[in-house]
Amino acid sequence: MTPGRAAESSPAIRLRSVRRVFPGGVEALAGLDLDVAAGEFVALLGPSGCGKSTLLRLVAGLDRPQGGEVAVGSPAGAEHRGVGYVFQDAHLLPWRTVLANVALPLELAGVPRDARAAAARAAIAQVGLADAATRLPAALSGGMRMRVSIARALVTAPRILLLDEPFAALDELTRHRLDEQLRELWLASGMTVLFVTHSIGEAAFLAERVVVLSPRPARVLADTRVGLPGRRDALLRTTPEFVELTRRLTAVLATEGSASR
Amino acid sequence: MIRRAAGRVLPPLLAFLAANLLWETAVRVFDVPAYLLPAPSRILAALVTHAATLGRALLVTGHAALLGFLLSALLGVVAGVAIASARWVQRAVYPFTVFLQTVPLVAIAPLLVVWFGFGIAPVAVAAFIVSVFPVIVNTVTGLRSVDPALVDLFRLYRASWAARLFKLRLPAALPAIFAGLRVAAGLAVIGAVVGEFVASYAGDDAGIGMLALTYSRESHTDRLFAAVGLASLLGLALFGAVSLASWLTLHRWHASEQEQVR
Ligand SMILES: Nc1ncnc2c1ncn2[C@@H]1O[C@H](COP(=O)(O)OP(=O)(O)O)[C@@H](O)[C@H]1O
Ligand SMILES: [Mg+2]
Repeated sequence: MTPGRAAESSPAIRLRSVRRVFPGGVEALAGLDLDVAAGEFVALLGPSGCGKSTLLRLVAGLDRPQGGEVAVGSPAGAEHRGVGYVFQDAHLLPWRTVLANVALPLELAGVPRDARAAAARAAIAQVGLADAATRLPAALSGGMRMRVSIARALVTAPRILLLDEPFAALDELTRHRLDEQLRELWLASGMTVLFVTHSIGEAAFLAERVVVLSPRPARVLADTRVGLPGRRDALLRTTPEFVELTRRLTAVLATEGSASR
Repeated sequence: MIRRAAGRVLPPLLAFLAANLLWETAVRVFDVPAYLLPAPSRILAALVTHAATLGRALLVTGHAALLGFLLSALLGVVAGVAIASARWVQRAVYPFTVFLQTVPLVAIAPLLVVWFGFGIAPVAVAAFIVSVFPVIVNTVTGLRSVDPALVDLFRLYRASWAARLFKLRLPAALPAIFAGLRVAAGLAVIGAVVGEFVASYAGDDAGIGMLALTYSRESHTDRLFAAVGLASLLGLALFGAVSLASWLTLHRWHASEQEQVR
């Protein structure tokens, strides 16, 4: 249960001098370096528009860098299989039930019907939605949809989970509850998690390590180990350690904000 | 449930009855000659007297219109998929589909007779030509407006072209495709009737278009109205069938077919 328990093994994600310039000259990433150890939970914290989604898409293999190196999985190489991706909104197929939505990744991989239904049921139970398996997305609340989306990402039992501001559109209470559930899932699974957010509190609560990014093009401003306990509950947010951590992260973001202006 | 249905059916029904009453009164009061504008009662009488002929014609036209519509649905969606799948297909083909929409049907109907002979074939083709364009355009639009995040999701899991088409793009395009099919339903009937002006026989195989032409030459304006009314009903029926299919397919998940609760 100690943080960074797998930190010794070769990095699960390795970025070296990664550059991504969009047509029109928008430089989202200009030589970014980042290592994420296997089994680590890293939060990427940065202002909106700084290049966080761009970074995540590169790691997922949905986009290619113009320069530098993106290595995912060990042994290092262009191994994108076993990556789960959660978008800012749930993005479910509205014509499919919860069960069929969650089974989709396995269906696309050609897993037989019974096996994928069993795996989908397990993933749905993991996010606490067993009762909703036969419902359509339209009949779910925003928070439930997001949990279906997470179950869909978990169903392939990925070694790496990428989340792009997954709870940003939810109300605060729901967000806190999902943060706690995600934390539990991580503790139980040993996945490598890269979690993008622009919420300081969320980054501090969830991660073992918070990487603070600058405005576009994203540079690493600070790389902070979170010294909080492995098991975390809602009250952690009120402890002096937690408040001190968010204060430090706020300070990093604030000084950069004034320096770049 | 019953009250809601009544609420939807009653207003147009009342409006229809009122309009007919007004029409009937006006024709009688001003003594309008029947060859110019027959009263609704006369049209109804003509409809009853010539029910056999008109009914047979309705079947002939309905058959051709349905055939043309099905052809449009099938080829329109296939063409839409091809156009939306590759830029070069779009560049090569799209301009000509616009031509389909602007072609003056009455002018090329004789050509259809040259190619397909008289009978149902040229009439169905005429219905097809007139009705295929909205199906193509709506299919292309629907396929093009698929949520990019879902496209990414399918790429992440390395979905095949067929999986992307059948599990994502076509289902996502269904609401747009149905919108195109609804427009096509009415157009197919128009195309069939116009096609019959040129391409069908008088006699037992006469469709509504042929009958309308004959009645108009003979100044049987009441029968003409009856024939035209039946053609409209045919269009309405086809439109209704498509709407029903659309509702059955979409109502569980798409906003366009869900009742506004307010
Ligand atoms: N496909 C694209 N084409 C052009 N510009 C883009 C594209 N995607 C992102 N950008 C630009 O790159 C920058 C970083 O975008 P993004 O990675 O989405 O930021 P973040 O997720 O941190 O809010 C933004 O200025 C955005 O406008
Ligand atoms: Mg983003």
